[in-house]
Amino acid sequence: MSDALIEGKKLTKRFEDFVAVDGIDFRVEPGEAFGFLGPNGAGKTSTMRMISCVSPVTDGELRVLGMNPATQGSEIRARLGAVPQEDTLDLELTVRENLLIYGRYFGLARPVIRERADELMSFVQLTDRSGDRVDELSGGMKRRLTIARALINRPELVLLDEPTTGLDPQARHLVWERLYQLKRQGVTLVLTTHYMDEAEQLCDRLVIMDGGLIVAEGSPRQLIDQHSTREVVELRFDADDDRAKALALISRTDVPHENLADRILIYTADGETEVEQLGRSGVHPETVLVRRSSLEDVFLRLTGRTLEE
Amino acid sequence: MTALYFHVIERNVLAYRRLWGIFLTGFAEPLLYLASIGIGVGALVGTVKGPGGQMVPYDQFVAPGLLAAAAMNGSVFDTTFNFFFKYKYAKTFDAMLATPLGPVDVARGELGWALMRGTIYAAAFLFFMAILGLTSSWWAILCLPAAMLIGFAFAGAGMACTTFMRSFVDFDYVNMALLPLFLFSATFFPLSQYPAGVQWIIRCTPLYQGVALERALAFGELSWTLSINVLYLAAMGLIGLHIAGRRLALLLQP
Repeated sequence: MSDALIEGKKLTKRFEDFVAVDGIDFRVEPGEAFGFLGPNGAGKTSTMRMISCVSPVTDGELRVLGMNPATQGSEIRARLGAVPQEDTLDLELTVRENLLIYGRYFGLARPVIRERADELMSFVQLTDRSGDRVDELSGGMKRRLTIARALINRPELVLLDEPTTGLDPQARHLVWERLYQLKRQGVTLVLTTHYMDEAEQLCDRLVIMDGGLIVAEGSPRQLIDQHSTREVVELRFDADDDRAKALALISRTDVPHENLADRILIYTADGETEVEQLGRSGVHPETVLVRRSSLEDVFLRLTGRTLEE
Repeated sequence: MTALYFHVIERNVLAYRRLWGIFLTGFAEPLLYLASIGIGVGALVGTVKGPGGQMVPYDQFVAPGLLAAAAMNGSVFDTTFNFFFKYKYAKTFDAMLATPLGPVDVARGELGWALMRGTIYAAAFLFFMAILGLTSSWWAILCLPAAMLIGFAFAGAGMACTTFMRSFVDFDYVNMALLPLFLFSATFFPLSQYPAGVQWIIRCTPLYQGVALERALAFGELSWTLSINVLYLAAMGLIGLHIAGRRLALLLQP
């Protein structure tokens, strides 16, 4: 059990009085895709920055690739690929030059970098833009270039902080596809996201963070099984008194449910049966949707529905 | 393997390959001053007292002063405005710090770049001085390393100051500091023009060290006091570099 790629014990990050990460324990095994899921301000980015060795650990222990970030930051970073939340591409350089100079920061020889740059540009489908300045690229292209750049040193561990935030669906799917390919090549991925579909698509295992703490841990399937039901029924009402009546009826049963601004959610193993029973008790919503439970349900149940900024 | 900070210099060379116009403007400024003040005003002034006490033509007197001032201006510009932009807006350093490079490498590399650029300008200026017959001694060759030392001192100090700035508005302070240094560091007239008390104040200011050093070398008037100027400038650069490295770590790796 000691050959984890990353291991945090009571890992803590404080900024003066503010506790961003509050003593979390986690480990990432070689070859897995591991996710930190949580709302804004949960401590995901602070955790990622500590793992990337660009932010000192305040308290607790952290080992990355078996080394100590406090004393071996440079050696660790040499073997990491980091995709920060905000692109830090060099806007004064072209697509190709961005890859070339980044490779030089790792001390790689020019011929090696040139070869890898060509490979990586085709990997992220930017070959035909290789001579363009970076500020001419779309958001999705910039993101892909940032990912390509993070791979220039052939890292065994790639850290992605919200890799697809702000991208349109096509761009997002292309990024997922590429990340999935990396995973199949045996690269260990660690990512943060607040997109449930992203976590479900990419992560073998994930932790849900809230307020600097880990509130749940497991595979996407396990988390859904533990913290939600198999299915969720969504009921919508046009008239407010219909809705109030329905809510009163549902409250009298012991069915787990939630009253949201626009709909009522009912957590159940069998949605169809539940809808039938409700119909017999006199609940007649305008629209009914029976769907599989998703990580989103887990996430919202665990981290609450209040907007956190 | 070359030292890591070398790659920071490499990045700047790469970026400036497309900015030749901007790069070339650095040659023009000191030459314009030389043409206007050295040659134009020089014709009115005639001779002034040189570093060895002898009377010397004004254009020969003022040229080394302008060389020192150009070395200061060039390196301050690179390590304040350009450095601030890269640090705060372009996120250039954030990208570097995700690699094996550390804050100290970034500080060294940026200083190295400022120095490299300044050295090219200083060499060109010195070349023109020689062609125009404004140097009177072979010691003048050492004006180039002296200009590099001045560049080092002001690059270190400039970079250290920049790490304390919050926005571009703060750069007004840089101009407020540079202009009096430029005008009153015995750049344009001998120190003896000042009353004795003021002379001592001037002797303590940084650009004066550079002007004294350049002028003495241009005329081949060496003395032991030059070592004080050298030590002053070297210490200024080293302290600045040290502060800049420490501050960058605090700012970029919170």
